[in-house]
Amino acid sequence: MNRFDYVRAGTVAEAVQAFAAGPDARFIAGGTNLVDLMKYDVERPGRLVDITRLPLAEIEEHDGGLRIGALVTNANVAYDARVRERYPLLANAILAGASAQLRNAASTGGNLLQRTRCYYFYDTATPCNKRIPGSGCPAIQGLNRIHAIFGASESCIATHPSDMCVALAALEAVVRVSGPEGERSIAFSDFHRLPGDTPEVDTTLKPGEIVVSVDLPERGFASNFTYLKLRDRLSYAFALVSVAAGFEFDGETVKTARLALGGVAHKPWRNREAEALLQGKPATRETFQAAADLIVAEAKPQSENGFKVELARRAIVRGLEQAAAGTPQSLSDKRIQ
Amino acid sequence: MTQTFSSTGRDTFVGRPHSRVDGPAKATGLAKYAGEFNAPDLSHGYVVSSAIAKGRIVAIDTAAAEAVPGVIRVFTHENRPRTAWLDYNYQDAVAPPGSPFRPLYDDTIAYSGQPVALVVAEDFDTARHAATLVRVDYEAEAPETDPSKLLDLAYDPPKKRSGIKPPPKPWGDASAAYDAAPIKLREEYRLAVEHHNPMEPHASTVVYEGDGTYTVYDKIQGVSNSQGYLTGVFGLKKDDVRVMNPYLGGGFGAGLRPQYQLFLAMLAARELKRSVRVVLTRDQMFSFTYRPDALQTVSLGSDRDGALQSLRHDAVGATSRFEDYQEVVVNWSAVLYGCENVALSYKLAQVDTFSPGDMRAPGAVTGVFAIETAMDELAYATGLDPIALRLKNYSESDATAEGKPFGSKALKACFTQGADRFGWDRRNPEPRSMREGKELVGWGMATGVWESMMMQSSARAALTADGRLEVGNSTGDLGTGTYTILTQIAADTLGLTMEDVTTKLGDTRLAEAPVAGGSWTAASSGTAVMKACRNVGEQVFKLARQMEGSPLANVDFERVAFTDGRIEVAGDPGRSVSLVDAMRAAGVESVEATESAGPDTDFNAKYEAYTHSAVFVEVKIDEELGQVRLTRVVSAIAAGKILNPKTARSQIIGGVVMGIGSALEEESMMDHRLGRFMNHNLGEYHVPVSADIHDIDVIFVDEEDKANPLGVKGLGEIGIVGTAAAVANAVYHATGKRIRHLPITIDKILG
Repeated sequence: MNRFDYVRAGTVAEAVQAFAAGPDARFIAGGTNLVDLMKYDVERPGRLVDITRLPLAEIEEHDGGLRIGALVTNANVAYDARVRERYPLLANAILAGASAQLRNAASTGGNLLQRTRCYYFYDTATPCNKRIPGSGCPAIQGLNRIHAIFGASESCIATHPSDMCVALAALEAVVRVSGPEGERSIAFSDFHRLPGDTPEVDTTLKPGEIVVSVDLPERGFASNFTYLKLRDRLSYAFALVSVAAGFEFDGETVKTARLALGGVAHKPWRNREAEALLQGKPATRETFQAAADLIVAEAKPQSENGFKVELARRAIVRGLEQAAAGTPQSLSDKRIQ
Repeated sequence: MTQTFSSTGRDTFVGRPHSRVDGPAKATGLAKYAGEFNAPDLSHGYVVSSAIAKGRIVAIDTAAAEAVPGVIRVFTHENRPRTAWLDYNYQDAVAPPGSPFRPLYDDTIAYSGQPVALVVAEDFDTARHAATLVRVDYEAEAPETDPSKLLDLAYDPPKKRSGIKPPPKPWGDASAAYDAAPIKLREEYRLAVEHHNPMEPHASTVVYEGDGTYTVYDKIQGVSNSQGYLTGVFGLKKDDVRVMNPYLGGGFGAGLRPQYQLFLAMLAARELKRSVRVVLTRDQMFSFTYRPDALQTVSLGSDRDGALQSLRHDAVGATSRFEDYQEVVVNWSAVLYGCENVALSYKLAQVDTFSPGDMRAPGAVTGVFAIETAMDELAYATGLDPIALRLKNYSESDATAEGKPFGSKALKACFTQGADRFGWDRRNPEPRSMREGKELVGWGMATGVWESMMMQSSARAALTADGRLEVGNSTGDLGTGTYTILTQIAADTLGLTMEDVTTKLGDTRLAEAPVAGGSWTAASSGTAVMKACRNVGEQVFKLARQMEGSPLANVDFERVAFTDGRIEVAGDPGRSVSLVDAMRAAGVESVEATESAGPDTDFNAKYEAYTHSAVFVEVKIDEELGQVRLTRVVSAIAAGKILNPKTARSQIIGGVVMGIGSALEEESMMDHRLGRFMNHNLGEYHVPVSADIHDIDVIFVDEEDKANPLGVKGLGEIGIVGTAAAVANAVYHATGKRIRHLPITIDKILG
C-alpha cells in the first residue's frame, strides 16, 4: 500500500474541488473495494477524498420514484420499506450479494464503481490490460471460468461483479453525477461500458465526476420480478450467471418485460431485442426459451467458461418463469423456485 | 458408552460433554495469538514475494525502500547474515526427505510467491509501503506445475518419509484376476489442490531479550518443532530460545512445520538486535504448503455377487523439486477391503511449487475419495446396495500389515447406526429416481478410515497445598479442545473439580511433547497427563498414610479412590483424607511429577489401530440449473472412547464441513503458464459458508480399544475422510452423473 494524502470533504463542490487538486485522487466512501485494492497495490491513489460526510445518505421521493443518495449503504437500500415494497427486485439483488458486514459499509455509488474480480487484475505479479494498459491479458487462454461471454474484447474479458447493478439496469435507473462541469444524468445502461481497447475505463464518468444519486423511475415491477443468482457456493460468492427479471402483464400477455444478466459481461447485460420479443406474447416457457435463445446466440465463450452459455440460457428461462409466476427466488432458502 | 478409562474406577468429567475451558478467553479476546504479542521497541517485517515461479533474481534494488523514513533494514539474499550450512540443520521434526527450502538463500527462484526480501520498519504500514518499492528483476524460466504432464517422470521416492508407510508389495496377481473378473471397472480420480487457510495467518513475534536469549511466539502446532528448527538453523542453544504459542486460530497441518516467517523474523531480530514481528498476508498464505494434487487410478474386478477379485490403486502425487513429500494415499483401499489379488503403487512427480504438506487427514482424504467412489461405482455395476457391497468385502485384518488383526473395528456398527439414523432403507437406488419439485434428490454414503496413533509425549502435573492442580506440556491446542480434555482427565484422576485444574500448553518450558497432528494428541498427551497425575496422587497418598492416625494407614494404593478432593478407601467413603490436609500435615507446599507416555509396543506388535466412519449425505440438485444444496449429513464414528462428546462432536462437524468444501468448492487454481495459484484470497478460494451447511448429525458408536490406557483413538481427521466420496456418490444418485474430479461445481454437473 502506498502513501497518500487524505482530505475530508463537507459538500459535493468541496469533494469535486479536492479531487481536481489531485494527484491521482480517488473518492472513498465505504472503501470495501478500494481499500482491498490499495492493500494489493493495485490502486495507488495520491489522494483520498473522503466523501462520507456529504449529505447524500437519504432516500427521497422523486418524480414518482425514489432518489437514492450515493452514500446510502447497500443495507439501508435493501431494508428500506419503500424499496422493499416498490422495488423488491432491487432489495433482493442487493441481499444476494456480499455479506451483512460488507452491505453495512458499502455505498450505493461505490457499488456502481467496484472493480472486476478477475484474478489477474488483483495480482500485480501478472500482466493485466485493465491495470496496466497494453501489458496483456493472461485471462484469455488462462483461468477464465468466471469471465465474460458477452461483449468482451481482445484486450479484456473481465466481468462487472455487482448484483445491485443488474437490478438497476433492469429497472432503468438513472445515475445523477456532479463534476467540474456541473451536474448531468446518465441512463443506467450507458453508465458502465464494454472494455473495447480501453479496458482500464470501466464507466462513462468523466474525470473528477462524482455519483450523487441513483434515481429509480416509477415502474418497479413489484408484482412480477425475480433476482436469480447462480454461483459456486450458496452465499458470499460472485455470480457465475445472474438474472434480474421484471414483468408487467396485460391480462395473460406481457405488456413490458425487463431482463438483465450479471456475471457475464463487463457491464450488466441487456438485450432489448429479447425484451421486445417477449412483449405482447403469452408468458409461456416456449416464449421464454425463444428469448433466452436469442440472447445466448451472441455469446462468445472463453476456453474455460463455455458452460456459462447453457447456464445463462437455462437461468434466463427460470428467471422469467419465476417472475411471471410471481414467485421470486427466495434469499433465505437457497432452494431455487 | 463403554467405560475404558479409569484410574479410580469412576469417571466424573471424562465421557461427559463440557464446553471448552479456553472458550471465555477466546470469546473475550483475552487469548493472544502469535502475531499479537508485544515487546518494547517492536519492529515489523513485511515479506516481498516472488512474482515468477522459476528462474533467478538478476538484480534486486532496495534503495527506494530503504529511503523511506521508518525503514530499518531490507534483507535480501545479497545481504542476509550467514545461517547454518547443512540441510540437516534445516530439517524440522516432521520434514520429509530432501533439502528444506531456505529463505533468502541465493538468487534462485524455486516457486511463485517465494520470499525474496524482508522489509523491516518501525511500524507495519511503513514496512508494507516500502515493500512495494523493492524492485526485483528476474530471469524467468518456464515452470512446470502440472503433475499430469510429468507422469513419465514419476518416481518411487528413494528415501521414505518417517512415519509414512509405503505401499506394501503386491500379493496375488491383480492383473490376471482383473482380466478374469466378470465385473470390471477402471477409472481415474483427481482431487483439486487445496490450501489450509486457517483463520489465523502465519505469524512470528521474536522478542530480543538483550542477553542473547529470545522469546518467540510462533504460529505452530507444537512449539518444540520451532525451537528445534531455530537452534539448528541459527546455532542457538536450546535454553536460549523459548518458544510459546498458547493458542492457534486453526492449523489443519499448515502449522506442523516452521514456516518462512519464523526464519525471517529470527534472522532480522538477531541482526538488528531488536524484537521483530512478521505476519503473512492472506495471499501469502498461498505461498507455502498445500494439499497436493494426486492422479489416481483405481481398478476393481469382482464376481457378479460383488466379491472383490482384484484391487489395484495407483497414485502419482505432486511434490516440490527440493523435498520428497509423501503421504499414505493408496494403502487405505487394502486396509478397508479384503482381496486376494492386490497391487498398490504410489509415486511422486516434482513440480515447481513449494513442498506440499500434511493437510487434515493427509493422503486419506485423497485416496479414500478414490476408492470409496469406485466402490459406489462397483455397487451399481453389481446391483448391490453400497453398504452390502462393503460388508461383502469387509476386512477383518490389515492386509497392509501382514494381516495383523485390528485392535478394534466397530465399522459395522457405524453402517448400521448411520443408516438407521439417515433412513437409508428408504433409498431407491435408481439414479434420478428421487425428486422434490424441481430438485433431484441424491443419497450417497462412503466409509472413512484414519490411523489411530500415539506419540511419545511427556506431561507435568503439580498440585499445590491450596488444592489447585496445574498440568500441561508443550503441544498445541489447534482449537480442538485439547485444553479441555486434559483438564477433564486431570480432574478425574485426582478427584478434583475442573475449576481446580489449570492446563497449560504451547511453551517449550513445559514438559516436552510433539506437534499436535495425526489425531494423536488425545491419546499421547492425555495418557501422559493421566500418568503424571497418578504419580502426584501416589505421592500425596504416601503423605496421607503417614499422617497421625491416618484412616489410610495400611491401605494399598490400588485400594484407594480419588474423589471430591479426597483420597478414600474404595467402597468405604468414611475412611478418607483430603489431599490438602495430607499435604499440609506433611508441611509440603507442592507435589510435582513429570511422566512420559508412549505407544504400547506389545499391543502394536499384535494389532493395527484405525478409526472408522460411515458418512451418509443427502444432496438436492436443481435438475436444470445444476445448483447443489447439501441438506443432510449423518457421520457415524468409531473412534474408541469419547472423552468429551461436545468437543468431539465439534471436531467431527468441522471435519465434515471441510470434506464438503473439498467435495464442492475448494480449489487452488494454478495458472500453469505462470506457475502461480491465482485465486489467492478467501473471496475467490471458496470454503463453505453457513448457507452451504445444514444438518450434520454425529453418532459415536461404542468401541472398546486397548491401544492406550484411555481407550481413545483420536478425532481430528476422521470426520473429513470419506465425506467427499459420500457427496460425489450422492450427486451420482441424484443426477446419474459420475464426477471423479473434485470439486463438483455447476459446470461439471451440467457438462
